[in-house]
Amino acid sequence: MPDYTQYATGEPVVDTKAPEGPVNERWDTRRFQAKLVNPANRRKHTVIVVGTGLAGGAAGATLAEQGYHVVQFCFQDSPRRAHSVAAQGGINAAKNYRNDGDSIHRLFYDTVKGGDFRARESNVHRLAQISVEIIDQCVAQGVPFAREYGGLLDNRSFGGVQVSRTFYARGQTGQQLLLGAYQALSRQIASGGVELHARTEMLDLIVVDGKARGIVTRDLVTGKIDTYFADAVVLATGGYGNVFYLSTNAMNSNATAIWRAHRRGAYMANPCFTQIHPTCIPRTGDHQSKLTLMSESLRNDGRIWVPKAKGDDRPADKIPEDERDYYLERIYPAFGNLVPRDIASRAAKNVCDEGRGVGPGGQGVYLDFAEAIQRMGRKAVEAKYGNLFDMYQRITDEDPYTVPMRIYPAVHYTMGGLWVDYDLQTTIPGLFAIGEANFSDHGANRLGASALMQGLADGYFVLPSTINDYLARNPHTDTVDAAHPAVAEAVAETEDRINLLLSVDGDRTPDSFHREIGELMWEYCGMARTDDGLRKALARIPEIREEFWRRIKVPGTGEQFNQSLEKANRIVDYLELAELMCLDALHRAESCGGHFREESQTPDGEAERRDEEFSYAAAWEFTATGGAPVLHKEDLVFEYVHPTQRSYA
Amino acid sequence: MKLTLRVWRQQNPETPGAMATYEVDNISADMSFLEMLDTLNEELTLAGDEPVAFDHDCREGICGACSLVINGDAHGPERTTTCQLHMRSFADGDTIDIEPWRASAFPVIKDLVVDRSSFDRIIQSGGYISAPTGTAPDAHATPVPKPDADFAFEHAECIGCGACVAACPNGSAMLFTSAKVNHLNVLPQGAPERETRSWTWWPRWTRRALAAAP
Repeated sequence: MPDYTQYATGEPVVDTKAPEGPVNERWDTRRFQAKLVNPANRRKHTVIVVGTGLAGGAAGATLAEQGYHVVQFCFQDSPRRAHSVAAQGGINAAKNYRNDGDSIHRLFYDTVKGGDFRARESNVHRLAQISVEIIDQCVAQGVPFAREYGGLLDNRSFGGVQVSRTFYARGQTGQQLLLGAYQALSRQIASGGVELHARTEMLDLIVVDGKARGIVTRDLVTGKIDTYFADAVVLATGGYGNVFYLSTNAMNSNATAIWRAHRRGAYMANPCFTQIHPTCIPRTGDHQSKLTLMSESLRNDGRIWVPKAKGDDRPADKIPEDERDYYLERIYPAFGNLVPRDIASRAAKNVCDEGRGVGPGGQGVYLDFAEAIQRMGRKAVEAKYGNLFDMYQRITDEDPYTVPMRIYPAVHYTMGGLWVDYDLQTTIPGLFAIGEANFSDHGANRLGASALMQGLADGYFVLPSTINDYLARNPHTDTVDAAHPAVAEAVAETEDRINLLLSVDGDRTPDSFHREIGELMWEYCGMARTDDGLRKALARIPEIREEFWRRIKVPGTGEQFNQSLEKANRIVDYLELAELMCLDALHRAESCGGHFREESQTPDGEAERRDEEFSYAAAWEFTATGGAPVLHKEDLVFEYVHPTQRSYA
Repeated sequence: MKLTLRVWRQQNPETPGAMATYEVDNISADMSFLEMLDTLNEELTLAGDEPVAFDHDCREGICGACSLVINGDAHGPERTTTCQLHMRSFADGDTIDIEPWRASAFPVIKDLVVDRSSFDRIIQSGGYISAPTGTAPDAHATPVPKPDADFAFEHAECIGCGACVAACPNGSAMLFTSAKVNHLNVLPQGAPERETRSWTWWPRWTRRALAAAP
């Protein structure tokens, strides 16, 4: 097999769907150009939606409202448990309800800049436009956003911006938005518009004559392998942060759906762009199964510090004020504790690397509310952050009202994902990717409170407008024949993989492999990457993969509820995805957003972006397991927000 | 610490289940309850036994997947979800009983995993506001008094785990159902469907009195 790093560069990939013209008119133009499907004909079209989070739930409900026949899947026992439920902080919208100078253009500007000039302008502008409608939609559904005494909606500010445009529902914004989408979806399930299959996992994509026509699934209760056919397939399966083993993702969030689609021909874009969230609870030991996020909103009132002296192990309250280093306020006086996530994360890593970290293993920094409690009073702090403080106390057994919280960065979100055009269609016709599963809107770094905005924008407003065009232009009159060779092949591959996993009967558990690949990725493809380190990881991954297929042990059978089998099957895909992430990180010899390359930094240690060489999205085409992929570049053009070296000082 | 676990094992809905006893050692007080079960499952897997099946996902107390009856209490001894319960709540040498939710509305799928789709059917029967995408007026068109918004939020917080059913001697879902009814009916947006969502509804004065209570 040729060297994985000797990838070829193929034809550029071009977004043919984004219209020309002024950026603020493009969405209207596209919606007008897009062909429509007659309301009476819509029920004849079946659309498969995989995933029921913010993007999937919203899309399933909206498509069914329009009259399409939706067949929807989630691996959880209920659509309400999709991991969007765990988003804490809030959702951005350019409502300018604060009259503080916000506008659609400013949200657009902030998001392009926050993404470090690696996102598509036309997509981001559309996102900012739609943000306004999302809040209206959610309020109409009964989402109980925080309100003021006058009865109007409250806002807070979030990292990386200087206006208050974030709507929130205490620390449970994701939960409330998801329940809104789930309830809208439930209404459609009751009326027969959506056929829901819970506890059912997508294991492969069926491509017939070059078009996405269905999926292969496994019923997680009975183990039955099934096929479902449709006129179009929508993947709303979230991000791939769990490749790192420890992350803020739910335990079962996985990359299988997007990776299987990638293997079938969908390009994977910017897979190295992962977001490391600065405010998570530090790990306590090897038993750690996941990391818990503390909402970034805490940085509004909490002050981040470490001791000035190395190895200072006095308790926080014994360290006098003048021996503390409020390093974010010191280095970035304009934004202080509210710098974007990548900057806050790296700064935390730097002070810990200097030996000034706090807590077990020195892997933590303080997030201190003493000053906020003095200024606002304990009651006000409780009202704003009560549930987060309670959660922190439950996990750590420390009282954050009296002892400063300890936080450390953790993998949180993946900006990369399946490459999509302006219509959110992948390189496989008829396969769409929405929400975190696609790559389009956040560039190299996502701003706080933007994930919920993008998931709902894609699900409620973008996809339901653009998928019409595909369905109208591709009226499938034929139903897919279950005996078609492409179907038989996809089913056979799925069954073979499951049988192989069950038959190895080795001596290592799925979790042991997951932890191993995760630690490797955190070490070499985490907060700071080097050419040398990435090459080490790329040499190691095929060895782990080989060992996996020799030593994996999956008890039980395939014809039953088998959580070990589910895990092992997902790890197979992590072991391939990890390799592509490292290669993408290796090839991008610049620092940008969440991707910090140590070889590319300014003399004072800040990230140095290299626009002349890397102002493009890297879309990778799969060739074979372990075989060098083909790179297709999508050039990024900035007409409205001109690239500058990001500065938050 | 060293613990004795007595765990409900049931191969599938058709086969009768029984309690099985396991010993676990080197359990740290900082582990979550589910991480303690992970430890047991790693040992079982290596020994060639099937690991104990249990539902879990976010492990942050918000998704509502985890669902264990621990020493007879839904979610165990602390007022939190199973995933947020830590081993510091137990002592070295303890014997811990671990069972699935006990309610006929939640049939066992395997071991500690139960079928809670009945909750989804409750929501499908009216636990929503009919607001098709694109029909909404500006969010500020209808101010909502803060006490009403807070009251709605407090009921909308329900994570749908099913502990209320598991804990109820009658296995009733009235807490789950009334939480959703209260969330939607108190809001002006939910008003048009108030009468069809639930047959009986507290008179408005009851709600006001409750909202005003400290």
